[in-house]
Amino acid sequence: MKSFTVLEGLVAPMDRANVDTDMIIPKQFLKSIKRSGFGPNLFDEMRYLDEGQPGEDCSNRPLNPDFPLNQPRYHGATVLLARENFGCGSSREHAPWALEDYGFRCIIAPSFADIFYNNCFKNGILPVVLPAATVEQLFTALYAQAGYRLEIDLAAQEVRTPAGEVLGFEVDVARKQCLLKGLDDIGVTLESAAHIHKFENRWREQSPWLFNVIGKGQG
Amino acid sequence: MAGLTLYDKLWRNHLVEQREDGSALIYIDRHLIHEVTSPQAFEGLRLAGRKPWRLDANLAVPDHNVPTSREERAGGIAGIRDQVSRLQVQTLDDNCRDFDIVEIPINDVRQGIVHVVGPEQGATLPGMTIVCGDSHTSTHGALGALAHGIGTSEVEHVLATQCLIQQKMKNLLVRVDGALPAGVTAKDVALAIIGRIGTAGGTGYAIEFAGEVIRGLSMEGRMTLCNMSIEAGARMGMIAVDQTTLDYVKGRTYSPSGALWDAAQAAWADLHSDADAVFDKVVTLRGEDIVPQVTWGNSPEMVLPVDGHVPDPQGMDNATQRSAAQRAIEYMGLTPGMAITDIHLDRVFIGSCTNSRIEDLRAAAAVVRGRQVASSIKQALVVPGSGQVKAQAEAEGLHEIFLAAGMEWREPGCSMCLAMNADKLGAGEHCASTSNRNFEGRQGIGGRTHLVSPAMAAAAAIAGHFVDVRTLQESTQ
Repeated sequence: MKSFTVLEGLVAPMDRANVDTDMIIPKQFLKSIKRSGFGPNLFDEMRYLDEGQPGEDCSNRPLNPDFPLNQPRYHGATVLLARENFGCGSSREHAPWALEDYGFRCIIAPSFADIFYNNCFKNGILPVVLPAATVEQLFTALYAQAGYRLEIDLAAQEVRTPAGEVLGFEVDVARKQCLLKGLDDIGVTLESAAHIHKFENRWREQSPWLFNVIGKGQG
Repeated sequence: MAGLTLYDKLWRNHLVEQREDGSALIYIDRHLIHEVTSPQAFEGLRLAGRKPWRLDANLAVPDHNVPTSREERAGGIAGIRDQVSRLQVQTLDDNCRDFDIVEIPINDVRQGIVHVVGPEQGATLPGMTIVCGDSHTSTHGALGALAHGIGTSEVEHVLATQCLIQQKMKNLLVRVDGALPAGVTAKDVALAIIGRIGTAGGTGYAIEFAGEVIRGLSMEGRMTLCNMSIEAGARMGMIAVDQTTLDYVKGRTYSPSGALWDAAQAAWADLHSDADAVFDKVVTLRGEDIVPQVTWGNSPEMVLPVDGHVPDPQGMDNATQRSAAQRAIEYMGLTPGMAITDIHLDRVFIGSCTNSRIEDLRAAAAVVRGRQVASSIKQALVVPGSGQVKAQAEAEGLHEIFLAAGMEWREPGCSMCLAMNADKLGAGEHCASTSNRNFEGRQGIGGRTHLVSPAMAAAAAIAGHFVDVRTLQESTQ
């Protein structure tokens, strides 16, 4: 996984609450058995005027001119400024895959849906929660100034604005460390393999009905 | 020291390792797998040269992409016309064979929606931790289990380590006291709860549903309710084990029997919150206050009683809510102030992991019996949740009631809930749907979804517009 330390980048707006995972990546693209290539279909239904199909070349599709990501001032954005409950709905990791593939490394919102929030950390994306009033101010500043950029420092847990404001944010220690170092979760967990075996043996003895089940030829 | 909640107990029982950074390693008893969120996880295992930690913890079943027409289904995987869907179902088959994981394949009589199949097979048991790469895994909490959806990275993590790295959630008690009026179902309770606390109301919490109304629900009803926990923002919802749970679990394929059953039953007696348990938040509703619900907008919290009227965004104080409501009214093609019962439907969908179990089909059939689908309805689909539900419904003659009324009787799968197969809405079409999400485009691009109970969907199919199902039920009696 890519590590995340300090990001200084152009900000783009997603100015609506409850942006769900179906909006982030519509279901027809979930049929892919790959992990990459979802970027061109990020926000597909809002971004294009036609109906997107999996595997289609998006470069000639008609763009919705009103959609911010289609406007030149937001091209190359790496920070997405969003509203309440961003990422609600499905557990599909295709949502952070699409955001990351497009180029976003940080999403700032007043709140996130739990599963999406967790999935971001698994894919090198930092979700930052800031108070709704602060997010409102950032939207105002973003709309007021083309080329608006923010600096996000994970180690210091700070968002820094061009005006020099420093906005602190919370992130739990475990997720922060994994992201800072770009650690492979599975590798880290397997370091505890002895603990897992020990737990499993005890649990099997205590609750054998949980183990004596799914197998070939049954059912 | 205060007592423990059901969630606290399930967490404690599965805690492998508490880390200093606040995270914990939690052991996973059951991992359910479907075709959409697993291919990249298996690929990850291959690339890293890893093997599944414990094969017999896993059970796979294709559901999202499978066609539901008998004709397309007859050819098995090779018969799936959409080649991208076919590849995904084939990939699950291949991965299960390569990694030696048990799969219930496409045309096996046990096949169906993973959240219907798990409990039905006894693969979901009280006291388990259960995960699946699908947010509606919360369904299984109805059996007194700790069950939630995970992303694909975590699917790979569970396959490789039989554990997940977790942060403990806070405890939210949702208590529904009293009794439900006749004609009001678990779906209406779920929607009423979401209407009350909002789609982010449960974010950061594990929900326990309790109270007389919940105790009185069947297992099917409890699964409907827990299924929609995620629509209230909570990854997991659960209900204490009682006699209803035990009666449901006993005798299923993978359920324990004999001496093992006795031991299990004794252990499950502890699967409830202690009387002195402390919850971080408590929400209470009265059953008597709940009436049949209909969603009008593009978030499950945009819900009203069937006798309600579409709200006027101008009257809303909160700017974000106002713009969301305005947008939803436009997308849904409604006008502020219009009666919910004036919303006319184009299609009706009875199915999904929320409402495709035998009790749901019985409720719909009871409304439809002896009646005809309105001529303005283009299609009314009934999609059983599994092959076993289908067989049971056919044994009871329910399919004949649906067919006689002009409805379609399909093969099991996720179907029009998320339109990954051929079943979808056209742009601008209104659908009365027993599924769980009314997001823009969820059931087809431009499609307009209204979430309701199976009885309400059936009533809407007959009337051609929303109607309080209780008026139809009264005239039957």
